[in-house]
Amino acid sequence: MTNPILEVRNLSTHFFTDDGEVKAVRGVSFDVAPGETLGIVGESGCGKSVTAMSVLGLVQRPGKVVGGEIMFKGRDLLKVTREELRNIRGRDIAMIFQDPLSSLNPVLRVGYQIDEAMYAHDKIASGDVERRGIDLLKQVRVSDAERRINDFPHQFSGGMRQRAMIAMGLSNKPDLLIADEPTTALDVTVQAQILELLRDLNEQTGAAIILITHNLGVVAGLCKRVLVMYAGEIVEEGTVEQIFESPQHPYTWSLLRSVPRIDANRGHRLLSIEGLPPDLIDLPQGCKFNPRCPFRVERCFKESPPIEQVAPAQHAACWVTMARAYAEMGAGTITDTSPGAASGIHPAGRSRPPTEVAAAIAEPIGD
Amino acid sequence: MASVATPILEEYAGGTIARAQVGLWRDGFRRLRRNRLALAALVYLTALLLIAVVAVFWTPYNPATILPNTLTYLGPSAAHPLGTDDLGRDLLSRMMQGAQISLIVGVGTSAIVLTVGVVVGLIAGYFRGWIDNVISVFINIFYGIPGILVAIILYLVLGRGLGNIMIAISATAWMDMARLVRGQAFSIREREYIEAARASGARSGKILFGHILPNSLGPIIVQATFVIPIAILTEAFLSYLGLGIPSPLASWGSIASEGYAALPLEPYMMLWPAVALSVTLLAFNFLGDGLRDAFDPRQRR
Repeated sequence: MTNPILEVRNLSTHFFTDDGEVKAVRGVSFDVAPGETLGIVGESGCGKSVTAMSVLGLVQRPGKVVGGEIMFKGRDLLKVTREELRNIRGRDIAMIFQDPLSSLNPVLRVGYQIDEAMYAHDKIASGDVERRGIDLLKQVRVSDAERRINDFPHQFSGGMRQRAMIAMGLSNKPDLLIADEPTTALDVTVQAQILELLRDLNEQTGAAIILITHNLGVVAGLCKRVLVMYAGEIVEEGTVEQIFESPQHPYTWSLLRSVPRIDANRGHRLLSIEGLPPDLIDLPQGCKFNPRCPFRVERCFKESPPIEQVAPAQHAACWVTMARAYAEMGAGTITDTSPGAASGIHPAGRSRPPTEVAAAIAEPIGD
Repeated sequence: MASVATPILEEYAGGTIARAQVGLWRDGFRRLRRNRLALAALVYLTALLLIAVVAVFWTPYNPATILPNTLTYLGPSAAHPLGTDDLGRDLLSRMMQGAQISLIVGVGTSAIVLTVGVVVGLIAGYFRGWIDNVISVFINIFYGIPGILVAIILYLVLGRGLGNIMIAISATAWMDMARLVRGQAFSIREREYIEAARASGARSGKILFGHILPNSLGPIIVQATFVIPIAILTEAFLSYLGLGIPSPLASWGSIASEGYAALPLEPYMMLWPAVALSVTLLAFNFLGDGLRDAFDPRQRR
């Protein structure tokens, strides 16, 4: 295997707010190989965007990277000077944001903004900039690029704006492209076009892509490898086939069961994950998923599970893992996904099953 | 509905279906043109500017020369359309020079305020932290002191002169501009395109002047327009008190002051500068209002 271009080791990013220290990312480690397509999935607030921002050194106060290493081409991005980091941003690592409308400056022409990304790194002679801008727009399949390059962002459609953003990202031929929810603000047909574009560009330019999304379908369409994040930690990692066909972490499993599938049996019920993600200021002891996990055992409340290999190239952080849950708890047949439903574990003094809570609320007060 | 659909298709085949591209500036000026008051103000101010420019090369008489064989406090006549002043100087010539002084002071002060206020405001709003605290505390302290007092004291310290009067007025006037720009920078720096620019490796200077400044240009222009009448009024006030432009240079304020003594006998000498000042101040305010309506979409009716 070739050396990874990006190695993240034990990255922790916390936000020091008035309410307390929000531990948004805790001990995240992963690698990105050259030309690889890696997906990072998880629900809102699980730390996937913060991880990406940390890599680029864009975490703003009150947030701060409190530990870890981010090795990019042999250099730790957490130790380089501000100027070196600025040089890496946009040139070696580019980023695409969620909302293409708000990511383009409304008062500047699109062409100017594409040129600007090139000028920031002096990689190109000024005479070539305009031609290269048009080439880039053509590369991201904006029709009539010669004319469109002089348009303002509001004259572009949503999909075209995201194409323009991708053109900006590609302008300096980066080794790594981080796409933070690149399709969330777009409608489904445009989503598919953008994903196809990213896939083609990955093949043509050889730039590695980190795709951050909460949309499992998007991951399946583009990525070869997937990281699943929950409450600021990586809970599972594997190839896209492994994650979709034999997820080992109950969170991944629940997530997949909550997505409608076109190949599912009729009558197959969509299950939701009960409860809410934990408070990142006051995290539960042990496994962070234990308040919501149908398969939790006593150990889950005491010790945090380390991320361990569960299959070739697949890792999961779980004391139970789905292989055991299927064998011992009949995970394939459960319809009640309430916390502890499959294992029957409801620790005393901790969260009560929702039925009891409902009964307590229904009880008349006094007489 | 075929009859409706057909012409659109024809037009599309012709090449253009979209409305003509309209930029921020043209859109703003189009809206400004519809505002009659602002348009009238613009016409008046252009005429005033023309007079001031003409005054550089030619005035009917030398505004500083005490004309021989001429009566003082003369009313309007063919030889002296606006009359003569207390020393027998031609009032039209002096009023023209006054227009020059007023515009120089107004625009010059506005330029100083613009430069200082924008730079300080951008830095405070973008970098936040201690630098913002220092600037904000400084501005808040000066907010408690009347600007005219600061201007008078500073002007006396600096000494008389056209440049010094602009500096003295700017000394407090830049603070409003800095506050406005700071607020703009504060909100714009949180926009995603600023983050995107940072992610693409743009330098801080580029983000400040290339992204934040163009996005707050509307309010800045409006504020700069409002600084002009304030500066003109302050200069006239200082000159009226005898603190302003050194004689024999004529300012509308000093003409009015000299005319005050003869007000019951000969009102013209007081009337001309008073009217000129009022109309000019009104014109700048109308123009400022018009620009605000034109460039601030939130206030659009």
